[in-house]
Amino acid sequence: MASVVSEAPVVASYVRPWRAHTVLFLIMIAVGVGSLMLGSYHLSLHDMFQAALHPNPENEASIVLWQVRLPRLLAASLVGGGLALAGAAYQGLFNNPMVSPDILGASAGSGFGAALGILLGWHIVRIECAAFVMGLIAVGLAWMLGALLGRRGDPVLMLVLVGILVASVFAALISFTKYMADPYDRLQAITFWLMGSFASINFKDVKLSAVPILLGAVPLLLLRWRLNVLCMGEEEARALGVNTRVLRFIVILAATLISSATVSICGMVGWIGLVVPHLARMIVGPNYRAMIPAAALIGVSFLLLVDDVARTIGTLEMPIGILTALIGAPFFLFLLVRQSRSAA
Amino acid sequence: MNLAVEKLSGGYRNKAVLEQIDFSFNTGEVICLLGPNGCGKTTLFKTILRLLRPTEGAVRLGGEDIAHWPERRLARTFGYVPQAHTPPFAFLVRDVVLMARAAHLKSFAAPGGSDERIADEALESLGVLHLAERRYTEISGGERQMVLIARALAQQAPWLILDEPAASLDLTNQMKVLQTVRSLAARGFGVLMTTHDPTHAFLCASRVVLMNGGRILSCDTPARALTEERLSSAFATPLQVLSSPQQPDVKFVVPRLG
Repeated sequence: MASVVSEAPVVASYVRPWRAHTVLFLIMIAVGVGSLMLGSYHLSLHDMFQAALHPNPENEASIVLWQVRLPRLLAASLVGGGLALAGAAYQGLFNNPMVSPDILGASAGSGFGAALGILLGWHIVRIECAAFVMGLIAVGLAWMLGALLGRRGDPVLMLVLVGILVASVFAALISFTKYMADPYDRLQAITFWLMGSFASINFKDVKLSAVPILLGAVPLLLLRWRLNVLCMGEEEARALGVNTRVLRFIVILAATLISSATVSICGMVGWIGLVVPHLARMIVGPNYRAMIPAAALIGVSFLLLVDDVARTIGTLEMPIGILTALIGAPFFLFLLVRQSRSAA
Repeated sequence: MNLAVEKLSGGYRNKAVLEQIDFSFNTGEVICLLGPNGCGKTTLFKTILRLLRPTEGAVRLGGEDIAHWPERRLARTFGYVPQAHTPPFAFLVRDVVLMARAAHLKSFAAPGGSDERIADEALESLGVLHLAERRYTEISGGERQMVLIARALAQQAPWLILDEPAASLDLTNQMKVLQTVRSLAARGFGVLMTTHDPTHAFLCASRVVLMNGGRILSCDTPARALTEERLSSAFATPLQVLSSPQQPDVKFVVPRLG
């Protein structure tokens, strides 16, 4: 049979996955080591290895490394990698590259949980738990409403609509707790929490949040090739033999575990789940098999870099949520410009 | 093997579209579902693919009702070619074709070397293997249609269901697709395709199911089913059926204006 010839020029293909993953992994290690050295107390490479190999609670370098920098590095890595994974999965699930992990109300719900906990003067661990649980409740509400209303018709579209609805209700509830809070004490605490920070992270926080984040990340990694099929739309995916209801449920549960856990550990950190998957897609292409690991690696490096800026930019630490938006937005614009150029 | 649509009724929640649709066909045949827009063609094959649940009747394959088959088994039975559309992400053509392997792979598995061979063979059999490394979003509409047919072949299903495969293509590509449909039937596939162009039915169908208002007007060979009278009533327009002097069995349809 004669072949069909098209006029469009052949475009350079994507970077081979193993090559991209290797380079991104090395970058992540370099950024990680750099982040451990960087800060108001400068750790040289030599001091750092000494402190790492011989932990000593008397030694200043050892305290800085083990009690300040390392927990912070691990927390930022979990949050950055986790949010990038959740965002990448959601963009495929909702068939839309403009979707971020908070689309179904996970961060708004978690934010409200934290705000409520602070308003009621709870202990920090209870605040973190409240944030986590409230995120699950918000997304659970969106899921149930979506299932109820989307039984016939497009279930994905209905889910997005009720998600926006649930998120805005919880945003209003956050405003309400702020309105009720004492402006000299609790209101400040709520506001700072919501702007996001890794400043007071310790190993206990890291352990507590690592469980749900890893529990969410593992199924996304295992099911990643199947996410490709969802990108073709609900009906086509079903006709290709994918049980879309089950897959959708797993992805939403996994992404919600991740997003809620990140808000509970460090407040609301936006933009990563939106921007990082785009960057990963630009390098290795949209095939989830290569894209999900790339997004996770980039997410870790990205948030570590942003956190480095946050804690070194001035004498006072900058809230991380402000920085991810200030850096993420122009960066996203740059990606959009590049994309529109290559499409033209 | 035989695929039987038995007294099938169905549609959407507020709107019954299909009424007692009844026909059957075998592998090796090309069946054209022909009718004007909104006559229920798409609803019918969505119901056959079980994307919609019938309110009455059944689809039987070799006598077995498919109503409770899992998605996986359905996808190994019916290769589905949707109307070409552009997904939001620039997948490589080979990756699009590999999606067909979802029904053959375990949940956590990704396609391997043998799957890639199946995908490349499918592309090659349609003469579009050279597109494998191109981006699906950047190839032409005709190429995209061929890639989607290749994907359906990679599902390794005995039945192919094509939704308006020749719509929105230029004449060259329309003929390429129709030629492909015929050669697929010759390879032993059972092909069910929808079209709103009677000429396409004459060109490649072994039988036509002429539909209007959710019912079957006639189900027969194109020459017998597509009379001037029936076509004019199905499309609610006065139509003339003419024969090509060079190819007497190919007829074409022209409207009589005013």
